[in-house]
Amino acid sequence: MTLLVIAEHDNTDLKSVTLNTVAAARKVGGEIHVLVAGSGCPGVAKAASRIDGVSCVKLADADHLKEQAAEDVAAVVLALAGEYSHIFAPASTFGKNFLPRVAALLDVAQISEIVAVETPDTFVRPIYAGNALATVKSADPVKVVSVRTTGFDAVACTGTAPVVAVEPPAASGKTCFVGRELTKSARPELGAAKVIVSGGRGLGSGENYHKVLDPLADRLGAAMGASRAAVDAGFVPNDYQVGQTGKIVAPQLYIAVGISGAIQHLAGMKDSKIIVAINKDPDAPIFQVADYGLVADLFEAVPALLNTLG
Amino acid sequence: MKILVPVKRVIDYNVKARVKADGSGVDLTNVKMSMNPFDEIAVEEAARLKEAGIATEVIAVSCGVAACQETLRTAMAIGADRGILVETEVELQPLAVAKLLKALCDKEQPQLVICGKQAIDDDANQTGQMLAALAGWPQATFASKVAIADGKATVTREIDGGLETLALTLPTVVSTDLRLNEPRYATLPNIMKAKKKPLDTVTPAELGVDVAPRLTTLKVVEPAKRSAGIMVADVQQLVAKLKNEAKVI
Repeated sequence: MTLLVIAEHDNTDLKSVTLNTVAAARKVGGEIHVLVAGSGCPGVAKAASRIDGVSCVKLADADHLKEQAAEDVAAVVLALAGEYSHIFAPASTFGKNFLPRVAALLDVAQISEIVAVETPDTFVRPIYAGNALATVKSADPVKVVSVRTTGFDAVACTGTAPVVAVEPPAASGKTCFVGRELTKSARPELGAAKVIVSGGRGLGSGENYHKVLDPLADRLGAAMGASRAAVDAGFVPNDYQVGQTGKIVAPQLYIAVGISGAIQHLAGMKDSKIIVAINKDPDAPIFQVADYGLVADLFEAVPALLNTLG
Repeated sequence: MKILVPVKRVIDYNVKARVKADGSGVDLTNVKMSMNPFDEIAVEEAARLKEAGIATEVIAVSCGVAACQETLRTAMAIGADRGILVETEVELQPLAVAKLLKALCDKEQPQLVICGKQAIDDDANQTGQMLAALAGWPQATFASKVAIADGKATVTREIDGGLETLALTLPTVVSTDLRLNEPRYATLPNIMKAKKKPLDTVTPAELGVDVAPRLTTLKVVEPAKRSAGIMVADVQQLVAKLKNEAKVI
């Protein structure tokens, strides 16, 4: 049994979600290979070769893979698929984009966003916004699986696996990359942060969001998140959204400020170790999942919190 | 240009799903069912493209039990011209739905399929990508902006780090994210009109598609509940708890 894990990267850095995905693959057992598909990315392959438990890194390096279009990444994976019993990818927007193409062309089901591995063909995954956990068994010859990375602790990087170059298939030519606007931030990534300060509609405006929450996030070295309401209202960009359809996070500490706690939001953060909620409405559903709840006006409580932290 | 829009009948997004006592699934008896919210956004986008003179016809498709007709009527009240129900009692998984849609695309020859990025019941996020792969089409998932011109779709996508824009040759599949548009409320006259729009029914067998499930659900359980927390009186107490009890700061 050999498993293939698709690495997530930006041609320069290996993304940490790859380490969680390898952790999930290790629960299955067997030999693990990692595929790095991109352009000018031998550095990423080298980083991947250090991941514990990985016995081989396949590097598909070609100009047309630079933007990692779903069509092209799927084609690389399909060309290699015959050697593998399992194909794993992180359930990030990267993995969600290309992986179903792989499953469809292999004529197998995909098992999305697993949070546990029971046996090599049986997995646990949340459904209904995390209000239920389903244990599903696959009858397909190849298991195509996306991994909810918060469900698995990242493996360490102390190994030395060989890197083997593979020839990628030609470009699909049907997609043309136009551009990318990435949010620039010196803060930790939302998905990998130990502390997250998250804001909701209660902040009232984008200006207030930053005025109130930035100093707290700075003090705690936290990533910043938001509820859908705050994103829809334009306080912050889409990539801040935590929830069923946004990012799924599980930090050590999640501070929800002015977030009422719709089930769709709770689905994205309820696996956090400690949840703090600050809201002026004592009946807000967020208090039902919070370890520590404070009923207060956030415009007074957050500065006071900052003061007390010193 | 024809647009095909798949719509799924799911638990209403305001209803909290309850797990059945025997662990066989989620209890849907007497639960309010609605159109999957992402699919509503897809229908709205297609309706706007028709109103803008870019699309000539919008076809809504739903796969599942007979009650999915209601979902198709809702789509037609928003703006779809006709509906196709692929009727089956079999529990449909994303690969099976993608194959059914592929068969309908072969028949109807749409230039664009707009679908929801995920259904809020199984949270799979697969069908659109699978359809695109089976049809040999390009795809743009998680769309927050769609423009169609000169035989191309230019789509802005919501990705983890921000936004990405792609230009795709038609035909193509676009899957919708939350901020693509705000679906209109269907007005009473439009709901009445929708009742008179054509709705065809076909079966998976007629489309030559095997829809047998590939995944077996062994059990469904409720996730572990978080143990009840406490309310703190003030910020000082909160900081003390975080430092001394939770030890997270």
